[in-house]
Amino acid sequence: MSSGETIWTDDPPFPENARKALTDSQLRRNLRKATTTIRERRNGLIGEMADWQELRAAGAAIKDDVLSNVERYLEQFEQAATAHGAQVHWARDADEANSIVASLIEATGEREVIKVKSMATQEIGLVPALARRGIDAYETDLAEMIVQLGHDRPSHIVVPAIHKNRAEIREIFLREMDDAPPDLTDDPQALAEAARRHLRRKFFESKVAISGANFAIAESGSLLVSESEGNGRMCLTLPRTLISVVGIEKLIPTFRDLEVFLQLLPRSATGERMNPYNTVWTGVTPGDGPQEVHIVLLDNGRTNVLRDEIGRQALRCIRCAACLNVCPVYERTGGHAYGATYPGPIGAVLTPQLVGVEHASKLPFASTLCGYCYEVCPVKIDIPTVLVKLRHDVVRAQRHPAEAALFAAAGKAMKGRRRWTQALRLAPLMRFVRRGGPPPLSRWTDVRDLPEPPRRSFRDWWVKEHEQR
Amino acid sequence: MSAREEILGRIRAALAPHPASGTAAASDVPREYHTRSDDGIDTFIERLHHYQARTHRTPAGELDEAVRAILDDRGVRRMAVPEGLPDAWIERLDPLRDDPPLDAHTLDQADGVITTCTVAIAQSGTIILDGGPGMGRRILSLVPDYHLCVVRAEQLVGSLPEAIEKLEPTRPLTFISGPSATVDIEMVRVRGVHGPRTLEVILAE
Amino acid sequence: MARRVALFATCLIDALFPDAGRATVELLERLGQPVEFPLEQTCCGQMHANSGYFEADLVRRYVDIFDPYDAVVVPSGSCAGAIRHQHPMIARAAGDEALAARAEATADKTYELSQFLIDVLGTDDVGAYFPHRVTYHPTCHSLRMLGVGDRPLRLLRNVRGIDLVELPRWDECCGFGGTFAVKNVDTSAAMLADKMEAVIETGAEVLCAGDRSCLMHIGGGLGRIRAGIRTLHLAEILASAEAA
Repeated sequence: MSSGETIWTDDPPFPENARKALTDSQLRRNLRKATTTIRERRNGLIGEMADWQELRAAGAAIKDDVLSNVERYLEQFEQAATAHGAQVHWARDADEANSIVASLIEATGEREVIKVKSMATQEIGLVPALARRGIDAYETDLAEMIVQLGHDRPSHIVVPAIHKNRAEIREIFLREMDDAPPDLTDDPQALAEAARRHLRRKFFESKVAISGANFAIAESGSLLVSESEGNGRMCLTLPRTLISVVGIEKLIPTFRDLEVFLQLLPRSATGERMNPYNTVWTGVTPGDGPQEVHIVLLDNGRTNVLRDEIGRQALRCIRCAACLNVCPVYERTGGHAYGATYPGPIGAVLTPQLVGVEHASKLPFASTLCGYCYEVCPVKIDIPTVLVKLRHDVVRAQRHPAEAALFAAAGKAMKGRRRWTQALRLAPLMRFVRRGGPPPLSRWTDVRDLPEPPRRSFRDWWVKEHEQR
Repeated sequence: MSAREEILGRIRAALAPHPASGTAAASDVPREYHTRSDDGIDTFIERLHHYQARTHRTPAGELDEAVRAILDDRGVRRMAVPEGLPDAWIERLDPLRDDPPLDAHTLDQADGVITTCTVAIAQSGTIILDGGPGMGRRILSLVPDYHLCVVRAEQLVGSLPEAIEKLEPTRPLTFISGPSATVDIEMVRVRGVHGPRTLEVILAE
Repeated sequence: MARRVALFATCLIDALFPDAGRATVELLERLGQPVEFPLEQTCCGQMHANSGYFEADLVRRYVDIFDPYDAVVVPSGSCAGAIRHQHPMIARAAGDEALAARAEATADKTYELSQFLIDVLGTDDVGAYFPHRVTYHPTCHSLRMLGVGDRPLRLLRNVRGIDLVELPRWDECCGFGGTFAVKNVDTSAAMLADKMEAVIETGAEVLCAGDRSCLMHIGGGLGRIRAGIRTLHLAEILASAEAA
């Protein structure tokens, strides 16, 4: 798998990252507060939508149509976008995408570019890749800017600085922002104002901007970016050159399909009936906005995901992060523990498929399968089922001999009545290990007692009561 | 092989063993969600308030006077004005016309911008600009810190599907739902980052 | 013709929590619905599947044993959910379409206890008496994979003498998750701590759920800190009756 700076990793694996994160009381509090807020807001809005389930069904079906016919829609998109003056590029992987973008920037003679928040560019590690070619890329989304200034990593798909609270953000601004007012308070309004002043000149003077896209409309060749702050509009409107990196699964067939996704996305993502700004552009509009428009269509593992009949539904994802906001695991560990661009439940199904399960073998297990993610997913990705399927792939890809032997033994005992009845007679031995015991047992008994074993099994009772009377 | 050919080849190879799972074609998409809504002016106004936008309602016949009054009250004179606005709205102003095209620095010094819209959505409190007469280039409604938008009642639809139906996808479209805002700090929505921090909507009915 | 109903006790109840199985049998008999317990039954294979080991043999075993019955009662939302949602997938992963089809048919007549009582027997008042302060944890698989809704609560509300108190943050997972509890022990423990805090907050003396597995985890935690709160399966409360 090719690089960027992105960390795809089992090293350290999720359980270890999680253990560290769990000891960070500030992080725990920040996450709990933020996820509770967004969860309540989302649930309130969904409650007022009588047709929410119908919208979800339509969203899932539209995306399935795209995945089943992605070749045709890509060609249609390319043709329409090109007809409107966009230049379409194709990138097999992160390195190729980064190199296309860097070359396009170099051709303009610029060394500084501004950026709209985009998961695709995070995934390919575009900013560090550009830095290696001597190009500075400035994140303009408030949260991305907080992360960039703090030399940190994003921990959430929609709210990348969710792990930081207002006091911590104020500190970062005072430390890293050359024009931060010395009397800056931790009032979010004041912090937003500082960000406005800091970036205003950059918006006005930059000649090149980079974006992703939330949707790519096949029939018209249009792209759409959803945002809140207006930094997206600045980037999409003011510079001369606009380069958008778009995953091939971002397609939707028709403009009409927006009537579904623009209802699903803002309610799921930020708990708003509509986010403040959506911008739709199609190639070049003479005299209005960027006059040089590039679109980089990105594979980078997506065609791997497409191969798996069960797993491919992960490509329906519209990056709303509702699954993160309700996930009890994410709420406690935060996003960094997942060690990859896409954290939370969707990350646990997407990352292993994008990079191969052998490179992210712990992620499919980073879930209790509680199913809350599936319940809120606006495009009905059955994340628990995909997780189980991926666990199966992990077990086949890298055998863990001790564990496999344990499961094989249990399986064997369960495949015959005599063996099973005999195995149950061993249960009373548990009496001696209700606390303590060797690993892996101790990983249970470290925090919980084992139950007091019964004198006899259920079946022994049944036989005595029902079969022998 | 070009990247394009290789990616398309990968797609064909990926789908070949298990083609068309789930929805195979656009015609199979169930569209049983609501495509009409009775939401009207009251909902529109309420949603705009929820976003902390200012609103006014005025009879269509008194619109010109209402626009002038709002601008007078705010004491704004150097307003960016896209081509195609009625002269009656701007007669007391010192207008910044977009001809020759205004640059960002000039617009940043403006007191604000007046535009119309092409369609508005009651259910989500959204106004949509498409670059047509009265709306102008996207930069005009972006850089000034104050945006006054004039919506005519006949432009207001109930729900998003009704609005989508009226739009031309290849025009430059901007959906605006309230003033610039962010939820990036502790998921609390606060008003005002880079886009106009004050949005004022006047509805002519 | 009388309905032939089988009990699938689940491996956990069979091995470690026979009282929950016994209560299920006694409750159904009291309601005039005798059950059979096919002795060939062992496990639905969920523990294996959720750990990545797909045991098509266990699916086949379940289908072979329970296919002849009109209905199967399972005193576990989690196992009933696995039977309904995982069995066909496991059969397909083994390339056995015929088994997948049979698994779907058997799954269709497999009911979690509260579903069986309300949807099949048509009662939400089973005539129980249980004069204790109880809080109910709706386990995730019952709630989300199976969608039992408020059926267990409807049954509990009709129990005489019960003091039923709502569990704060009831829709939050307890952190069990099968082998998650050992593979991600730290995260599991953090979730358990929050769940225990909510349980303790209610002042209940009994924590009730429709899954012995989650109760084993929460109960094990409550026992460790000597919280003095016992755990009971839904069947055990519903089977309790006033001494005649």
